[in-house]
Amino acid sequence: MNAIPVTQPSLSKVSARDVNVYYGQKHALKHVDLDIRPNDVTALIGPSGCGKSTFLRCINRMNDLIDNAQVTGLLTLDGDDVYDRNIDVVQLRARVGMVFQKPNPFPKSIYDNVAYGPRIHGMARDQAELDEIVMGSLEKAGLLAEVKDRLEETGTGLSGGQQQRLCIARAIAVAPEVILMDEPCSALDPIATAKVEELIDELRENFTIVIVTHSMQQAARVSQRTAFFHLGELVEVGDTEQIFTNPQHPLTQGYITGRFG
Amino acid sequence: MVENAIAVTPAQAAASRLKQRYAAETRFKFLGISAIVLSLSFLALLLVTILSNGLTAFVQTSIRVDITLDAETLGIDPVKPSADALSSANYGQVIKNAMYKAFPAVESRPELRQLAAMVSSGADVGLRKMLVANPSLLGTTQSVWLVADDDVDMAMKGHITRKAGAEGSRLTDAQLGWLDELEARGNVAKRFNTALFTVGDSREPEQAGLWGAVVGSFFSLSITLLVCFPLGVATAVYLEEYAPKNRWTDLIEVNINNLAAVPSVVFGLLGLAIFLNFFGFPRSAPLVGGLVLALISLPTIIIAARAAMKAVPPSIREAALGLGASKLQMVTDHVLPLSMPGILTGTILGMAHALGETAPLLMIGMVAFIVDIPASPLDPAAVLPVQVYLWADSPERAFVERTSAAIMVLLFFLATMNLAAIFLRKKFERRW
Amino acid sequence: MTGPMQLLTLMVVLLLLATFGYRLGRNRALAAASGNPRLLHSLPSYHGYYVALWCGLPALLVIVGWLMLEPAILHGTVMTSLPAEMQSLPEERLALVYNEVRNVARHGHVPSTAVVGEAAQRYVSLRTTMFFSVAVASLAVAVAALAFAHRRIHTNMRARNRVEATVKVFLMASSMVAILTTIGIVLSLLFESLRFFQTVSLFDFLFGTQWSPQIAMRSDQVGSSGAFGAVPLFAGTLLISGIAMAVAVPLGLLSAIYMSEYAAPKFRSVVKPLLEVLAGIPTVVYGFFAALTVAPFIRDMGAHVGLSVASESALAAGLVMGIMIIPFVSSLSDDVISAVPQSLREGAYGLGATKSETIRQVVIPAALPGIVGSVLLAASRAIGETMIVVMAAGLAANLTANPLEAVTTVTTQIVTLLVGDQEFDSPKTLAAFALGLVLFTVTLALNVVALHIVNKYREKYD
Repeated sequence: MNAIPVTQPSLSKVSARDVNVYYGQKHALKHVDLDIRPNDVTALIGPSGCGKSTFLRCINRMNDLIDNAQVTGLLTLDGDDVYDRNIDVVQLRARVGMVFQKPNPFPKSIYDNVAYGPRIHGMARDQAELDEIVMGSLEKAGLLAEVKDRLEETGTGLSGGQQQRLCIARAIAVAPEVILMDEPCSALDPIATAKVEELIDELRENFTIVIVTHSMQQAARVSQRTAFFHLGELVEVGDTEQIFTNPQHPLTQGYITGRFG
Repeated sequence: MVENAIAVTPAQAAASRLKQRYAAETRFKFLGISAIVLSLSFLALLLVTILSNGLTAFVQTSIRVDITLDAETLGIDPVKPSADALSSANYGQVIKNAMYKAFPAVESRPELRQLAAMVSSGADVGLRKMLVANPSLLGTTQSVWLVADDDVDMAMKGHITRKAGAEGSRLTDAQLGWLDELEARGNVAKRFNTALFTVGDSREPEQAGLWGAVVGSFFSLSITLLVCFPLGVATAVYLEEYAPKNRWTDLIEVNINNLAAVPSVVFGLLGLAIFLNFFGFPRSAPLVGGLVLALISLPTIIIAARAAMKAVPPSIREAALGLGASKLQMVTDHVLPLSMPGILTGTILGMAHALGETAPLLMIGMVAFIVDIPASPLDPAAVLPVQVYLWADSPERAFVERTSAAIMVLLFFLATMNLAAIFLRKKFERRW
Repeated sequence: MTGPMQLLTLMVVLLLLATFGYRLGRNRALAAASGNPRLLHSLPSYHGYYVALWCGLPALLVIVGWLMLEPAILHGTVMTSLPAEMQSLPEERLALVYNEVRNVARHGHVPSTAVVGEAAQRYVSLRTTMFFSVAVASLAVAVAALAFAHRRIHTNMRARNRVEATVKVFLMASSMVAILTTIGIVLSLLFESLRFFQTVSLFDFLFGTQWSPQIAMRSDQVGSSGAFGAVPLFAGTLLISGIAMAVAVPLGLLSAIYMSEYAAPKFRSVVKPLLEVLAGIPTVVYGFFAALTVAPFIRDMGAHVGLSVASESALAAGLVMGIMIIPFVSSLSDDVISAVPQSLREGAYGLGATKSETIRQVVIPAALPGIVGSVLLAASRAIGETMIVVMAAGLAANLTANPLEAVTTVTTQIVTLLVGDQEFDSPKTLAAFALGLVLFTVTLALNVVALHIVNKYREKYD
């Protein structure tokens, strides 16, 4: 087996030990050990169906939604077992936000989209505080300048790139510690993609980010660490620069040089 | 024949076959369009029949007579008329007297009886109301429009012949003569039939109204809505958002689909056995009718609500859950508001169906002859379609007209509900 | 006096109390977090709902429990207090007496004997006492539960999880209603039918050809046992449904074909809803139409060509029923025909087939299972249809295949047997349940088969 470089536990925000996921009979994720450092962007790459999205969705337990999915192993967030019986999944998801592949704003106003999370988590004592959170989030998502005059318009009326940044604003309004991004740019054009990538880099300052991406260029551009998955196994993980310039494993080498994928 | 066949070249044969094939094509297309035309003409015929029979029911023949409100005939103390005496006075006699006065030449007893029979036996009700409201009219002579008897009404509307001596006429020649005379004097008129919309059922067609049935239908449908909307939506939410996919859920699903196709008369049997005999609920009450209709409409509403919820894309659910919304918050904040137009459309259609349902209500005793307007869902009542059934069963010619009018009222409500549903669907239709 | 109004008042008081509980709970939660909702596990409103549920549900259970027990308690107490000679009456008489007591007590009827009057007074006073004790008990429970729940509120209490668990139970219970309805139908039909088959044998019922349920009023009267051979009803039902299908299947199918294959979208968008109107018209209207217009028309036509047609002929009822079910055939057939993949049609066109040849030789055979399913569903509608036959078909149980004669159907007889006042236990009323059981079984079987065929068909092309 390959030696997987394991960082110090104290340094990792999220840590996986021997995590397995089964969809019924199918063993979708096999014995994954992975540590995600705080305030890093960690990119998960690999061919389709390699288990990278499955792993991502383990972190905020979105896999719970799939009827026959079963997760074993230990996955911790700041040392707390994510799959512990006493963990309230609702509170977990407030700590671990998520941005999806396709922009999915609620068919409500831009304001209500961002305010929804703070409202259900009781984060604001009054309207002024709520306004502050909403504006701050839109600002951080780099969207405020574009939408500040039309906060009451419906979020679905925005362009694709704006919608995705709205979804990011919506996620950070809950003040999560970790943000999971599941191919956030796959439905966007190159200009919108560039903007979102720029945003991801800025968000690193306040959040830990895990991003699943199909594009190796994107992984190289935005991430500090990269993990390569293949057929449900974590093949290699390391600093992005090292993975792209000096991959240790032949499979990684083959993938990043485009020999399969 | 044989020589001809030999003489035909292959090209000619192909051409003639092609012609035949195109003829078959035309015939087939013609068959299709005639099927549609035929079906729609049935619809047209049905509606025209109802309209032509029922339109006249919205007016009612009245006869104007000068009535002397004579205290002595009425049996009221002229000095101090008590309220009791006013409401129990003999109004029938003053009406008769007024009719006799209009035709002083009539003297024989049978003829006098026929003369008096030209106004409705319920005409005194209006007169009583008038005098109770204004006792100072006592002793005066008033020109009053009295509702005519149904046979007079039918003759005026041309539903029965006015030719004297015609066989089977329900009016005597003398009555027809008086009618002509009254008309010549300008004392007969067709006026808007307010009774139809203000009073309950009656054995006399000219006094029979729909209001009791409308109120009964309203109470029944309110109960239905109250029971089946929350239950239907809750079931749909459970099946769509909560239930695990297993045999038990499959069973519920199959069960709901089959329940939707159970003949409604079977639900009537259920209502009779469970609600009336087991729980001892009152017969003929809108409460029971509403409960039975709720069970009938429940599958429709569940199916419509589930379809509406299915149309909400999963990405919305994921977005809510990803933000840390609980399942219930996801449902109440996003799924339900987004599917509500669809749910409401389905509910309105289900209610419209329940409004037209008749057979199960016959089982639970809602066919009784009820004059009073129900004051609560526990009072005995008829509903609109049952009123149609009851009137359709009555032999009087005037009830044919009323039945058609009742059908028009029923269809009006149904059309309104369906249009509301279409409007909702058009207005809130959302494409994802 | 106690009645629905008092019960309603009690419910309203309970509701107000629960609303009060909601406010108390919410405020206490906010106070516990010193005004900062972020310190709470659950939103303050969830704490409010938590208290309100505690306040309302147990009290509601008390009331429901009482409502279930009330009739039995009243019956028991009132009957045991009757004079001994009355108690020794046979059971049916005793039931009548109790019925009268109830009518006197609840609806103000005039008692026929002094004993009944006294019993009615006891009934009223007992009922009033019980109602007030239950009212007090339920309100006490509500207040106690409110206090209990209120005291349990603290910042870490998982109010949301508890409230949501309760809601989930409610949702689950709601989904049981549909199942309970089916069980209720099956049990009530089975139970009453079994009682019917104690007096009339199953064999006689299913295979007897004589149907005259008019049971004599007195048991010593001659011919007191009516005949309950249901074959004429089954035959009549089949005859009328058969006529209806003979009208609806060709018209519905041809309409569906034209609309899905030939019609321009605009034509379709107008005509399809118009055809659906046929299914939206209440059946009582069709019944009136059949009896008023169609039946006399057919009779007169018959008279013209020298045929004697009954004024309530099977033909009239069947014809009108056929019109009613046209849309059932057409809209489902339209769906299945539209679901036939375009590639099949293109294959036929590519070989030079005309449109009608493509439809007849390719599209219809491919859609056949779905069409059969829709026809079966329509047949089940026709068999279960009631008002048209009640109003336009006869009551005489003729065993005939002649559509010009009057026949009667299963649904007509169910209605006729049950409309009007009669003893619930007579074989006559029980026979209606036996007929209902047959009707339910047959239509259920047709539906299950039809839905199975249609679903199979859908899977094939999805």
